[in-house]
Amino acid sequence: MLGVPLSAPAREDVTEIMDRRNFLKNAVVFISAAGLFRRFLGNAEASPTNGPYNPAKHLYGMGIDIDKCIGCGLCVEACKTENNVPKEPFFCRTWVERYVIKKDGTVAVESIEAQKGKPKSRPEDGDIVRSFFVPKLCNQCENPPCVQVCPVGATFRTEDGVVLVDSKRCIGCRYCIQACPYGARYLHPETRTADKCTFCYHRVVKGLLPACVEVCPTQARIFGDLKSMASRLVRFTRINKLHVLKPHLNTEPKVYYADLDGEVR
Amino acid sequence: MASPPKIPEQIKRLSVVIAVIVAGVVALRYFILPSSLFDTRFHRESTVQREVAKNIAFAGAMICGNCHVDQAAKKASGYHKTLSCEGCHGAAQTHIENPSAKPATPKGRELCVSCHTYDASRPTGFPQVNPVLHNPVKACVTCHNPHDPVPLETPRECSACHAQIANIKTVSPHALIGCASCHSVPVKHKITPRSVRPTKPDTREFCGKCHGKDSGRTDAPKIDLATHGERFLCWECHYPHRPERM
Repeated sequence: MLGVPLSAPAREDVTEIMDRRNFLKNAVVFISAAGLFRRFLGNAEASPTNGPYNPAKHLYGMGIDIDKCIGCGLCVEACKTENNVPKEPFFCRTWVERYVIKKDGTVAVESIEAQKGKPKSRPEDGDIVRSFFVPKLCNQCENPPCVQVCPVGATFRTEDGVVLVDSKRCIGCRYCIQACPYGARYLHPETRTADKCTFCYHRVVKGLLPACVEVCPTQARIFGDLKSMASRLVRFTRINKLHVLKPHLNTEPKVYYADLDGEVR
Repeated sequence: MASPPKIPEQIKRLSVVIAVIVAGVVALRYFILPSSLFDTRFHRESTVQREVAKNIAFAGAMICGNCHVDQAAKKASGYHKTLSCEGCHGAAQTHIENPSAKPATPKGRELCVSCHTYDASRPTGFPQVNPVLHNPVKACVTCHNPHDPVPLETPRECSACHAQIANIKTVSPHALIGCASCHSVPVKHKITPRSVRPTKPDTREFCGKCHGKDSGRTDAPKIDLATHGERFLCWECHYPHRPERM
């Protein structure tokens, strides 16, 4: 099709050095062929996965029912199993915070995941005004600060509303980890690239629930498609009074908390 | 005297060079290099494909019931109906692909207490125990079926709740009389003890069966029902769980 073989001249013709005319001819053919090839790729790009999945028809979000969370930590463990997150407590895509508001007005916040391995310290009843657990994860913002700061464009928001990291482009500079107001990112110690919750993207495009939602024993986490009126998340947003974390930052999170206490940051 | 400061010649020349470099870079970036070179779609596309191709560890709750019909049916009607199988048994995609690779069967106390230990931060009403006091050492599954957990519905004896009465009665003359001889206990009392209560003897003749003048029992103190405290039920004056000898 190209008329000119793309491979270099055969070894015995080496003495016959390619002249300028031939070089230009080859170049013109090659470049136009490459352009055609990329045009073809560009068309294929319209459907990212092979099959009927169309990201334009989905917009994923998560609801969290604070009053149902029992702080068992199954979600954290399931996430680590599903996504090959290091088992050490410091690394997590999702975690659960215990808020204890004491009688003297102080607020103690601790990640229950960080206590793994040693006996859990449980607050004394007498000092507490109120106490509860808050599961946290990447908020999959509409205006993600992490995407803005990435110097190499390695992190981006997909059409279905999930913020992903291109681990092949990420240079591990940690700007995004600093920029995330929710502390949802960490540097993976093996790949040395930024890692974060993807809503288990590989599961949700196949119609499965994210691993944390799958194992939650009290259904404190509700996952769904904001563009589908039949989704459990849309029902959740109808019947609950919702709040998001740090709304003043205008990040427009897509993780919605029901009955969130004002002390939660 | 006040002539304008003269720009040195080398600065002029240097600025020309810098201007040429800047112009060159701008021209290269915006006019010479094709814009598709900066198109992010392709590496984003490959990222999405890499992400989608990742392995699944959790098979999902819907699939387990296809084979484990009995457990799924049992679980579906019980308090644990919202639990995913894989929450307790662990990720099971490998078991789906190769059924001989069995998922874990947690038998000790560690897993259950991770949810059911008393914790002040847990929502009110969530069933919680103190694992140090609650049947220590025994595995939870000896009493509770994890697929359909219920509070042990029948305390085997009344003393499970009414320990104080039981202790008093054991040293009293009524020690050998069973609770059910005097109280009829509806089954529901063991499930909702405060709303359904056992009966108490409501006639004087009930006590008179042993303590009446004409009864056949020889070991019980006898009184004449017709003359003794006629307006009152016996237990309004005598505490029947430890009746005094008067």
